[in-house]
Amino acid sequence: MTAIEYILAGMLAAATPFLLAALGELVAERSGVLNLGVEGIMALGAAVGFITVYSGGGHAMGFVFGGLSGAALSLVFAFVVLGLHANQVATGLAIGIMGLGLSAYLGKPFESFTVTGVGKIVVPGVVDLPLVGGLFRQDIVVWLSLIFTPALWYVLKHTKLGLLLRAVGENPHAASAIGYPVLLIRLCAVAFGGLMAGIAGAYASTIYTPLWADGMIAGRGWIAVALVVFGTWMVGRVFLGACLFGAVSLGGIAAQTVGLAIPSQLLASMPYVVTIIVLGIISSNRRLVKLNGIASLGEPFEK
Amino acid sequence: MPGAIHAILGENGAGKSTLMKLIYGVETPDEGTITWMGEATQIASPAAARRLGIGMVFQHFSLFETLTVVENVSLLVPGNKKDLAERILKLGREFGLEVDPLAHVYALSVGERQRVEIIRCLMVDPKLLILDEPTSVLPPQAVNQLFETLRRLSKRGVSILFISHKLEEIRSVCTHATILRSGKITGNVTPKDFDAHVLATMMIGRDMPHLSPAEPVKRGEKQLELTGLSLAADDPFGVSLEDISLHVHAGEILGIAGVSGNGQAELAAVISGETPLPKMMQGRIAMHRHEVGALNPAARRKLGFAFVPEDRLGQGAVPELSLVKNAILTAYLQGMVQRGMIRRGRAETFARDCIAENDVRTPGPEAEAGSLSGGNLQKFIIGRELMLEPKLLFLNQPTWGVDIGAATAIRRRLIALRNAGCAILVISEDMEDLFALTDYMQVLSKGRLSARFTTSETAPEDIGRAMIGASGDAA
Repeated sequence: MTAIEYILAGMLAAATPFLLAALGELVAERSGVLNLGVEGIMALGAAVGFITVYSGGGHAMGFVFGGLSGAALSLVFAFVVLGLHANQVATGLAIGIMGLGLSAYLGKPFESFTVTGVGKIVVPGVVDLPLVGGLFRQDIVVWLSLIFTPALWYVLKHTKLGLLLRAVGENPHAASAIGYPVLLIRLCAVAFGGLMAGIAGAYASTIYTPLWADGMIAGRGWIAVALVVFGTWMVGRVFLGACLFGAVSLGGIAAQTVGLAIPSQLLASMPYVVTIIVLGIISSNRRLVKLNGIASLGEPFEK
Repeated sequence: MPGAIHAILGENGAGKSTLMKLIYGVETPDEGTITWMGEATQIASPAAARRLGIGMVFQHFSLFETLTVVENVSLLVPGNKKDLAERILKLGREFGLEVDPLAHVYALSVGERQRVEIIRCLMVDPKLLILDEPTSVLPPQAVNQLFETLRRLSKRGVSILFISHKLEEIRSVCTHATILRSGKITGNVTPKDFDAHVLATMMIGRDMPHLSPAEPVKRGEKQLELTGLSLAADDPFGVSLEDISLHVHAGEILGIAGVSGNGQAELAAVISGETPLPKMMQGRIAMHRHEVGALNPAARRKLGFAFVPEDRLGQGAVPELSLVKNAILTAYLQGMVQRGMIRRGRAETFARDCIAENDVRTPGPEAEAGSLSGGNLQKFIIGRELMLEPKLLFLNQPTWGVDIGAATAIRRRLIALRNAGCAILVISEDMEDLFALTDYMQVLSKGRLSARFTTSETAPEDIGRAMIGASGDAA
């Protein structure tokens, strides 16, 4: 297997935790709420998901409980920022730290335990193609994400629900003046974001690397937050960004197997270096950011 | 009454907008009842108001800029986009409200946005349409077009509540008028039967302060000059300035007329020094014979330039700070700072003087700037700049949201300053302001500045024509 084949085959699975968490955060931010607690929420989802699967609940229940725990933690965040109008940045950071602490506490008895992953679903025929064949051998969650991504795009772009979400994010006062329940819509968007982050965490701990180790989310939540900005709040670009990060993180491993004499720590830092470079490039195009940006992002809404 | 165009007349702060919010269900009354079609009703929310058949066009529009016209409409009106777009076009033709349903709102002019708001109300077939200060943002020709629309609507039996403080407009279009002063009704009249002066007296409770344009004084040296300045906007919602030329001499007031959003904000930022100019444009702006293109706002102030920005809370003053501290922000060169330390005594005296000289109504110099009413804060900010004895004063929308009394006081101070030999540049949307104040006018439209008009030889219609510009778009 060449390095390129290796990267193409593994890219989508590596991208999935980023993708799911980023799409959830995208929905929350579209409504005007900046939730910086994604890292901690993913960690909690990962711990709860792992414990469920390890205790014999099965992978499906692992996702259900992982997702629900993420949603529950995000509701705490929502209560503080939407109900009490607290600063979203500070609250998000606090919730993130709380999630990391909770996951460490819950996961302590399970440290270094493993579970079995799930099998791959193969698209017959094309899987035998040279070079790109590996793309068509993925686990079920990857396939579902590939269906979910365009579906979310469609909802945001072409339905009344998506329109409403954009309207609330752009001008909550106007939305309220024409009679929409701004806080309720934001609450739902935040809960959805938490649910997705929890599921993303559970995928990381039960399928992608099916073992529990404290700190295993390792900054993926932060990358997801960055991806949303990176993708200028557009689903398609967030997807491409997630794939890029998946590929870059595999590139490090691939480089080692080829025998390039680069220190592994340096390779491991590549996704973050790429994040900074790409964010810099995107932000330099102020026009793009302004047209797609969310006018009320991070601002509390009070009538 | 079906088909009536009923005016609610009152000064800023008289309670007009509050009353309308009660009717539209944005706020709920502490006591009393609203009678709708002969029945006492409680209107708990805007949605409830709409169900009853009440539509409202807000003063500050409640449109979503990044969405298209039809998307904005679809947030209020059920139906798929294709049908809605057709209905928007049909209503547009019927009532003179043409607008492209697929255009993004940020790309529309203010007049077009207002049409979108009105159409959005009409789509739900209202029995009552409320318009909050609908003409304050429109050029004169667009005002006539709006009135034509309102008359057509009233013929169809739609009742209209028209909120305004502009007397002539009310006399020309309204069939009834209710006059409000400090939250109380002071009159119920047929506006056509009274002249504007009598209505004004009912509205402000005393004789209308009369202000005639001041006699010109001898003009002195050139204090500000822009020659062929262009600047491309890097903000998609912004306006590019094209080939701007103007000059202001000592002892004269130049007014920049035009509807906001035609480059006013961009021009103001260039003159104040907030927007850095590209190298090749830096020679195009001069103050007191110095090229200032490369200087920041503080350096320009040191040359004798003073600036009153449009945004009172945030740019003109820091709302959370006391008046004393706000005074220090621009007047620190008046001996208030010594070896990096603030001399509180000096600052306090300065603030006290400013409050006394400008009749600023406030508990004292320690009051937070944000606690003052718009008019009083504006008097303080302008007073602070005047005390710096500038050679060149630049004001952006100085009387916006200021009541008649304060606006008159501000105009008097500016004319006195001009007579003392200061050069003054004013950007304003308010035609009344400009005609009362200026010696010369230029119109800013779509980022271009018109030729110079001499105010005493110009009629409002001439300015209106220049506002619409060469493109013939009546908005």
